[in-house]
This record gives sequence, C-alpha cells and structure tokens, in this order.
Amino acid sequence: MKLIYPLLLAAIVGSANAETPKQLADAYSSEAATQSAGFKPSGQRGGAFFAKHFAVSERMPACTSCHTEQAAQPGRHAVTGKEIKPMAVAANSERFTDLAKVEKWFRRNCKEVVGRECTAGEKADFIQFAMESR
Amino acid sequence: MKMLRSALLLAIVCASTAAFADRMPIPANAPPAFKAECGSCHLAFPPQLLTADDWHRVMATLDHHYGDNASLDEKTRKTIEEFLFRNSASGYWSKVGPAPGNPPRLTSTTWFQRRHHEVPNTVWQDKRVKGAANCAACHPRAEQGSFSEHEVTMPGGRRGED
Ligand code: HEC
Ligand code: HEC
Ligand code: HEC
Repeated sequence: MKLIYPLLLAAIVGSANAETPKQLADAYSSEAATQSAGFKPSGQRGGAFFAKHFAVSERMPACTSCHTEQAAQPGRHAVTGKEIKPMAVAANSERFTDLAKVEKWFRRNCKEVVGRECTAGEKADFIQFAMESR
Repeated sequence: MKMLRSALLLAIVCASTAAFADRMPIPANAPPAFKAECGSCHLAFPPQLLTADDWHRVMATLDHHYGDNASLDEKTRKTIEEFLFRNSASGYWSKVGPAPGNPPRLTSTTWFQRRHHEVPNTVWQDKRVKGAANCAACHPRAEQGSFSEHEVTMPGGRRGED
C-alpha cells in the first residue's frame, strides 16, 4: 500500500481527477512488476479470481456473491439485496475512473472476501478482466 | 358555505400529510458524500427516519456496522454526521421515536413496524427482499424518495405479484 500510492500518483499525474481503466491497470501493473519482473495483466487470471470461492466469509464467499458471475450484468449485494451496477467497463463507463474509489473498494471487499488486501497484480488482473468483459 | 370551507380545509390537510408520509427525497443540500458513501451498499436512507441521538450511534460505530465495515476518514464522517443531525427526526417525523438495536435500526422503530404490519414474515425473508432494509424491493421508486402506498409491490406476496 505504502509503495503503491506514489507510483500510481506518478503515473496519473496531470490527469486531474478522472482516471481511465487503462491508466489504473498500467499503474498497478508497474507496481506488480517491481515484485515479479515482466508482469503482464491477464483478464483470464482476473476472471478466475473474480469467480473463485475463497469461502473466508460465509455471507460472501466470492466476489460474484455481490457482483454476479456475469460481469456485464447488474449485481446484487449479498446482505442488503441492493442492486449493484455492472462491473464490466463496457456496461458501466464509470468503472475504474476514480483511484480513491477503486482503492477503497478493493480494500473493503478483498479483506472481507479474500481475508487480506489484494496484491497489485491481482488488482491489475481484475481491471483487465473488467475491461475485456462483454 | 362554512361546511364546504372546512371540508376543503380538511381535504388539503389530509393531502399534505399523506404527501409528507410517503415523500422523503434526500434534501437538495445533502453533501455528495452522503449518497456516495451511504448509498452504495444499501439505499441512502431518509435521514428523518432516525433521531439525532440514534444517528450519532450509527456514525460513531462505522467500523462495526451491522456486521460490515463502513468506516470513513474523519472529515467525511463528520460532514455526513452533521447533515444527518440537521435532517434527523423532528417535527412531523419525531413520531418515529428512538430505535432499538446497537447500532440502532430504523426498521425497528414502532413507527416503521406499524406502517409495515401487513407485511408477512415470508415476504421479509424472501430471497429477493432479504430484509426490511431493502426498501427498493417493495418501493420501486425509493431511490427518488417515493414510498407511496400506490407503488408498493411485494415480491412473493400479494400486490403487484412481482
Ligand atoms: C458484500 C458485497 C460485495 C462483495 C462480496 C464484493 N463487492 Fe465489490 N463492491 C460492492 C459494492 C456495494 C461496491 C460499490 C458500489 C458500486 O461501485 O457499484 C463495490 C465496488 C467495487 C469496486 C469499485 C470499482 C469502481 O471503480 O467502481 C471494486 C474494484 C470491487 N468492488 C472489487 C471487488 C472484488 C475484487 C471483490 C472480491 C474479492 C468484490 N468486489 C466483492 C460490493 C461487494
Ligand atoms: C460496506 C457496506 C456499507 C456501507 C458503505 C454503509 N452501510 Fe449501512 N448497512 C450495511 C449493512 C450490511 C447493513 C445491514 C443490512 C441488513 O441487515 O439488512 C446496514 C444497515 C444500516 C442501517 C440500519 C438499517 C435497518 O435495518 O434499519 C443504517 C441506519 C445504516 N446502515 C446507515 C448507514 C450510513 C449512514 C452509512 C454511511 C455513513 C452507511 N450505512 C454505509 C452496509 C453498509
Ligand atoms: C417487503 C416489502 C417492503 C419493504 C422491504 C419496505 N416496505 Fe415500506 N411499505 C410496504 C408496505 C406493504 C407498506 C404499506 C402501504 C400501505 O399503507 O398500504 C409500506 C409503507 C411504507 C411507508 C408509508 C407510505 C404511505 O403511503 O404512507 C413508508 C414511508 C415506507 N413504507 C418506507 C419504507 C422504508 C424507508 C423502507 C426501507 C428501510 C421500507 N419501507 C421497506 C412494504 C415494504
């Protein structure tokens, strides 16, 4: 976390408030590359992560518990039942355009579902998956 | 003539209380953080449905929020809390009264229970509803602050037969 921010900020500097999904994926990727050289984001890995049953939490075993298996479809909050807008960028152009929002939800949802914070590589893969989903 | 006048007056009074009871739009002066932070996991609940004391108890325990973690940075927390205080149950809405639960639940006030006495348990537990806090499951225009009885649909229940 401490490392990610300066790098992300450096990558995004000059773009005021609105980031693009590609910029965020790139920034997380370069962060991931400092740990595993030659890291390339993979939508396929991201999709597998999205569907994986971590089963750390009974109420929300997977990301898909709230975001549903179809990333281009609206989801439904597992506890409150509220509709959640689609995760796929093609279906919801607001996705991955605000770094602070993205960081906040990765932090919350990864802790609850995975039982720890997500790594930069997992985040890059996840965004790549959301960009490729139709 | 006199009778007509009082009848008219009565009609006006009735119409306006009805409008009061089923229209609870989020006040226009709400800070953007209220909808963004408090409207993402569930409806941004109408502030008039809890007393200021109860909102204080909700806002002081965001890190253990009904089994979830909804914590915020202190500046945002304070901004939202002040907004909730300003618009909390008072005047017409003081009838909602104090809410049981820790943190308190606006769906447990006597007022809420009374307005919903006709909802059977099977409907509250229906998987499309999940609980009383999912207002939009039965009030399709809850996001716009409309809770009119004419719009109510009950998944798995009567009315609308959704
Ligand atoms: C308990 C329900 C729930 C679960 C489980 C869940 N999320 Fe979310 N997620 C939400 C809600 C609610 C939002 C905020 C509302 C919105 O953005 O539509 C959100 C938003 C997000 C965002 C913000 C994206 C953006 O730019 O708008 C990301 C990223 C995210 N979730 C990732 C994940 C990942 C990764 C997992 C699995 C590890 C996961 N979520 C599991 C409920 C959930
Ligand atoms: C991370 C998700 C999340 C966020 C963000 C969140 N909540 Fe909640 N909230 C919940 C859950 C889960 C419940 C319990 C719902 C249930 O039991 O049906 C809940 C319940 C409530 C209730 C009680 C509803 C009832 O049953 O009467 C209130 C009041 C409430 N939230 C207010 C807020 C306020 C104010 C904010 C913003 C500061 C907020 N919430 C942000 C997840 C969240
Ligand atoms: C399971 C379905 C269901 C859910 C969920 C639900 N309601 Fe209701 N609501 C009803 C029914 C049924 C009525 C009674 C309508 C009538 O008076 O005939 C009602 C009435 C009301 C009224 C009075 C409307 C009027 O015309 O006077 C208000 C206000 C209201 N609900 C608010 C809420 C809020 C706020 C929530 C979420 C915290 C909520 N409801 C959740 C079914 C539901």
